[in-house]
Amino acid sequence: MGVTEHISKAFEADLDTTRTRVLQMGGLVEAQILAAINAYISGSQELVEQVIENDQRVNGYEVAIDGACSQLLVRRQPAASDLRMVMAMSKIVTDLERIGDEAEKIARMAKEIHAHGGHHAQRFPAVRHASQVAVKMLRQALDGFARLDAASVTEVLKEDSEIDNEFRSVLRQLITYMMEDPRTITIGVEIIWVAKAIERIGDHAKNIAEQVIYIVKGTDIRHTSFRDVEREIAKE
Amino acid sequence: MAAAVSVASALDARQDEQAQSAPKAEAKSLSFYYGEFRALKNLDLVVHEQCVTALIGPSGCGKSTFLRCFNRMHDLYPGNRYEGEIRLYPDNTNLLAPGVDPIEVRMRLSMVFQKPNPFPKSIFENVAYGLRVRGERSRRSLEDRVEEALRGAALWDEVKDRLEDLAFNLSGGQQQRLCIARALATDPEIMLFDEPTSALDPIATANIEELITDLKTKLTILIVTHNMQQAARVSDYTAYMYLGELIEFGRTDELFIKPKNKQTEDYITGRFG
Repeated sequence: MGVTEHISKAFEADLDTTRTRVLQMGGLVEAQILAAINAYISGSQELVEQVIENDQRVNGYEVAIDGACSQLLVRRQPAASDLRMVMAMSKIVTDLERIGDEAEKIARMAKEIHAHGGHHAQRFPAVRHASQVAVKMLRQALDGFARLDAASVTEVLKEDSEIDNEFRSVLRQLITYMMEDPRTITIGVEIIWVAKAIERIGDHAKNIAEQVIYIVKGTDIRHTSFRDVEREIAKE
Repeated sequence: MAAAVSVASALDARQDEQAQSAPKAEAKSLSFYYGEFRALKNLDLVVHEQCVTALIGPSGCGKSTFLRCFNRMHDLYPGNRYEGEIRLYPDNTNLLAPGVDPIEVRMRLSMVFQKPNPFPKSIFENVAYGLRVRGERSRRSLEDRVEEALRGAALWDEVKDRLEDLAFNLSGGQQQRLCIARALATDPEIMLFDEPTSALDPIATANIEELITDLKTKLTILIVTHNMQQAARVSDYTAYMYLGELIEFGRTDELFIKPKNKQTEDYITGRFG
């Protein structure tokens, strides 16, 4: 990545502003997941409302940043790393917006779960653990984006399989739980929805990490094996 | 739908290019001197057949000097000197060899300049000029060849009823297409374009770019342009030059997204300074 600044100060400023907004949106989305998970654990009605309300802000960021990316494309016709940056930002905000939707989904499920007896939520610590991994993945992907560091985001690609394993384990536990007592089926399905939402957050964080690698290395590593990705990152 | 088609054709083009086209010309250790000043430094570059190769770089980088070596334009001024070779294939002729007649070279490689420069003659005579120089006398044959060249330059429909009009009466874009027709008339193997659209408006520019894309189905094109987007739009290969050196050469679809050289990156992203 070039350390030299653009001759056009306005272009430099527009790119910087857009990048900053992506990071702000990332911060908001991260807070949304944390609040949603807290709502799932505590049953706080206030948190549920807050997450639902804030999702509008997440959507607003997506539209504004995509608009800014279109402006950058049409006004500046960016090339090379600038082009990759603009294309990647436009894709990253889509993933962030979807993470926002998953957080909202978790909050809405939290409301249902606690209406049916919140103590069930406490029985599945794997859900909480998976959510911690998901938040960590998102944070690492966004850090990698902020620092344009491809090596640091490879962890995210690895962690995605950890979340997938957690999800399968939650699913097994819940199936057993529901079989033992069919009265828990409704709440069991709701908890599965929460776990699935967390698993999806992991997928989106992984997508963001892939975009960071694209910006920095210029290589599209989507649908590539992890070993090939590591080899690509190691290249100078 | 248009977008879908162009993406599909881009994917096809990519597959086509994997079977890389044969070299049409090749600069080998080419240096060029304006008197004592060394304007080109040891360039090696392959020009692929039926492809468009764009030369980009800041003013004074040597891209026009390089282009002009191909048709021996520099011979017109004393004190200029070439070193190295420019090979033309398939016959493997070294265009710069002392025994090679520059006039013959210019028959094989036509050039189109920045500003349209039609002769002060009729539209017809402009296109027929090169053919007459070559000794073509038959009116019938001249008419056929002129029509073919004007059609090739996408100008025929606009001028077919006024072939005897003075070429200067045409618009700038039409004059430039007339110059392309004039260049095409002698059936060149390579067309050299030196910033062919810098004096034209966007519509005329789009017409010339469209024409360049059509022409490459028949011949090989080298184009110097200051407009990087133009290079990205029309070329298959791009060469970035700086201070008389070739810094990077590669496929256009790669060079503009993932240049290998930091200097190229800085130039195409506007960080050059």
